Amino acid sequence: MAMNTQGRPTAPGTATIAEIQTFTGNRGLDHEEPLIFEIGDTGRTGVDLPAAPKAKSRLGGLERSAEIGLPGLTEPETMRHYVRLSRKNYAIDSGLYPLGSCTMKHNPRLNEKMARLPGIGDIHPLQPQSTVQGAIQLMETLARYLMELTGMPAVALSPKAGAHGELCGMLAIKAAHEAKGSKRDVVLVPDSAHGTNPATAAFMGYRVKSIPAMADGTVSAEAVKAALGPDVAAIMLTNPNTCGLFEREIVEIAKVVHEAGAYFYCDGANFNAIVGKVRPGDLGVDAMHINLHKTFSTPHGGGGPGAGPVVLSAALAPYAPLPFIRKDGDKLTLVEDVSEAGDAAPFGRLTAFHGQMGMYVRALTYMLSHGSDGMRQASEDAVLSANYIRASLKDLMSQPFGGPTGDRPCMHEVLFDDTWLKDTGVTTLDFAKAMIDEGYHPMTMYFPLVVHGAMLIEPTESESKQSLDQFIGTLRFLANEARHGNDKSRFKEAPMLSPRRRLDETKAAREPRLRWRPAAAKAAAE
Amino acid sequence: MRYLPLDDADRADMLAKIGVKAIDDLFADVPNAKLLKSLPPLAKTQSEIAVEREIGRLSARNVSAGSVPFFVGAGAYRHHVPASVDHLIQRSEFLTSYTPYQPEITQGTLQYLFEFQSQVALLTGMDVANASMYDGSTACGEAVLMAHRITRRKKAVLSGGLHPHYRAVTETLAKWGDTAVAELPPDPQGKEDAAAAIDGETSCVVVQYPSVYGSIRDLKPIADAAHAKGALLVVVVTEVVALGALKSPGDMGADIVVCEGQSIGNGLNFGGPYVGLFATREKFVRQMPGRLAGETVDAEGKRGYVLTLSTREQHIRREKATSNICTNSGLCALAFTIHMTLLGEAGLRKLAALNHANACDLAERLGKVKGVSVLNDTFFNEFTIRVPGKAADVIEKLAERHILGGVPVSRLEPDHPELADLILVASTEINTDDDRAAFAAALKEVL
Repeated sequence: MAMNTQGRPTAPGTATIAEIQTFTGNRGLDHEEPLIFEIGDTGRTGVDLPAAPKAKSRLGGLERSAEIGLPGLTEPETMRHYVRLSRKNYAIDSGLYPLGSCTMKHNPRLNEKMARLPGIGDIHPLQPQSTVQGAIQLMETLARYLMELTGMPAVALSPKAGAHGELCGMLAIKAAHEAKGSKRDVVLVPDSAHGTNPATAAFMGYRVKSIPAMADGTVSAEAVKAALGPDVAAIMLTNPNTCGLFEREIVEIAKVVHEAGAYFYCDGANFNAIVGKVRPGDLGVDAMHINLHKTFSTPHGGGGPGAGPVVLSAALAPYAPLPFIRKDGDKLTLVEDVSEAGDAAPFGRLTAFHGQMGMYVRALTYMLSHGSDGMRQASEDAVLSANYIRASLKDLMSQPFGGPTGDRPCMHEVLFDDTWLKDTGVTTLDFAKAMIDEGYHPMTMYFPLVVHGAMLIEPTESESKQSLDQFIGTLRFLANEARHGNDKSRFKEAPMLSPRRRLDETKAAREPRLRWRPAAAKAAAE
Repeated sequence: MRYLPLDDADRADMLAKIGVKAIDDLFADVPNAKLLKSLPPLAKTQSEIAVEREIGRLSARNVSAGSVPFFVGAGAYRHHVPASVDHLIQRSEFLTSYTPYQPEITQGTLQYLFEFQSQVALLTGMDVANASMYDGSTACGEAVLMAHRITRRKKAVLSGGLHPHYRAVTETLAKWGDTAVAELPPDPQGKEDAAAAIDGETSCVVVQYPSVYGSIRDLKPIADAAHAKGALLVVVVTEVVALGALKSPGDMGADIVVCEGQSIGNGLNFGGPYVGLFATREKFVRQMPGRLAGETVDAEGKRGYVLTLSTREQHIRREKATSNICTNSGLCALAFTIHMTLLGEAGLRKLAALNHANACDLAERLGKVKGVSVLNDTFFNEFTIRVPGKAADVIEKLAERHILGGVPVSRLEPDHPELADLILVASTEINTDDDRAAFAAALKEVL
């Protein structure tokens, strides 16, 4: 063993045991971390507020007397708890995150800095509008960018997420039908749609009628035409679609939809493929939500908050929800009540206040930083990277819609199925979990539902060529192992090197434990 | 472009590997006539310095809450958030991770959600809570829909003490979802008899605690009245710090409790993003919207957490889901749970007491201004004052004197001219004696 002159080893010896059980249960940098309820107590605190002056209580005799049971920690303990937890997470900043349909692109830190400026982060939604003209101006600028990039004449900013945006767009459609006195109760949704599409339609009382895709993974105008009728209110179509393909008959689809008196709702989840390349407004779209947390780089934050502004066609613009911005010379007004709406006929209000300002500023910062040229380049790079992966894996992994040679271009995400895994004993899930041991977050799996064992890979524009090559090399290695390797344990047992092995989801659902309970209460409940 | 790692040489290599000549060959499915031939007419890429300057200019045109004596509330409150909270939520591993669908490598998110759910359940006095909603107002709308599902009835009674924006959100869902709402008139005095509006068709009665006008009422009688008619009690809390001082809604018989959680851990942000808290009884959990983290074990028997009961959700159930909600408000929930952990029960109670004491002091000072009266008998950290003349003008005049003095009720209830002389005034732990004195003095001046 190599040692320095003080007798300190300077190179590792040969490991003799692969797996050791540690005293703590920790594994080096990966610490086991108890719940706050197991390390804190109700008397401990990490804040130093002054004592309240004595005052006569005005609480109406409803003071809380019994203990709540909320544990506290001091600041150092708090830091350690959450830092340790954070290290159990995969993140964009730590590696390629190829989740199809999720657009896990780099989140610029300038966005975060701008969101924390006092005039942005520390203003109240209901302070006088005369004191927040800069904030309304920011919203107005974002609105203008979104309208320009989509070629649409109006935008509703307030929806708080993609699904909330769907609700917004579909409510505008429902309101437009109602204004015409038409009672239509069916919404067409392709089989490949995101689950939120049928859920949104049903949420509003629509009947959902599904449309099959063609063998090439897209929807034909003919199929749409066949499904249309006087009872159809709208079609909800994702473009580029969830198979990673641009709906090539989209212009004809819009035409037949409009001819039948229905509206065209476009799910804009995949807008990142086409920014600066083609405008949904030019394709005949009536409403489309834009996930600011996908295309415009606001952080996903472990599952939100998002933001889902909806661009609207001239036909739907009058029905946009409250609040909306009115421009009168230099003065900007947020119209908050229907009594001030003038000629507009807002369908209602989707949320308290004005929506996700914190996300607006991040998205606008991204837009200004990239500029028109950078945004177009980003979309081109996203599409280029997905196709590079496709071309580099097409000989090993099967594509449901890749054409006979696997050469059909995809948009910003590439879809594989599990035909190539047939008879290997390895499933899509096993393959994805093996990626974890290699240091990657898995791709989107088993979605879209119309493809068996789907694997949807979206690299985004944020990866260098070296990073893409390493990812491709890894998938090629795993694909070869899956097909030709003798030992399938690297798949069946995977992941083996993550903070936790595969978790028992059946147990979680059958014996739901949704909160911590004190030991005594726990025993009594079981 | 500083955010794009590929250079032209990389792009050329990649195109060659793909076997196409130009990038537009990959856009072949886009109808050629629709492919943009030139760049959108927007500014081109700008440096970090230039962007910072531009956004900074917009920011500078706003009066930030921290720069003046500040008393605005009505559903969003300015509290002190410890510095460590913002530091921790900006950890890359929290900020830049996705929904924890791969539990092996997202235990960090799943464990804090489990802790968050536990804290929310304790605070509201309920059995279970979900992993958060977009905000309080959308949570309120979802609570009403959940009550419809549970009771198989379709009419909600909305208290006149409910925040008008919350009412509007709930109405919007009702109007387009073919359900009904019975709205009680605005109730600034906190005297309404909501129980009288409950009938055999009522799925739920929705009351705010404290009300938007600040008053606090025992929820037990209304819970009993609702339950006697087979309806549920939905309690809305827009100032969650109040639950550090007040009896929990769960203790008084609530069936669903929804809160705006912004006050803990989250800044004002001009209205969003915020975080909706959603809690209910164990027996209703399968009718709940939104994500839920649950405890389980891994293949080696180690404790771990997963998203669970997802058969309620849209990605599994599609049109049969309990809601179309997909996103939660993860990072805001993280800020909430970290701040709550820093507070602990001792800190939360102290914070609540401080808020109440500050508001009591302010009510006394404002009540002494000639022409001003305080409407409330009871309140936590926000109350309603009546001023001579138009409240909106008073607020503008105060703003000219660099005081943000509250929310004129006319901004929330423009159709009720009889409320045009009312102002909602909030005082939290951030206000100093000097702030409150300055407010009272300025109010005297402008009246």
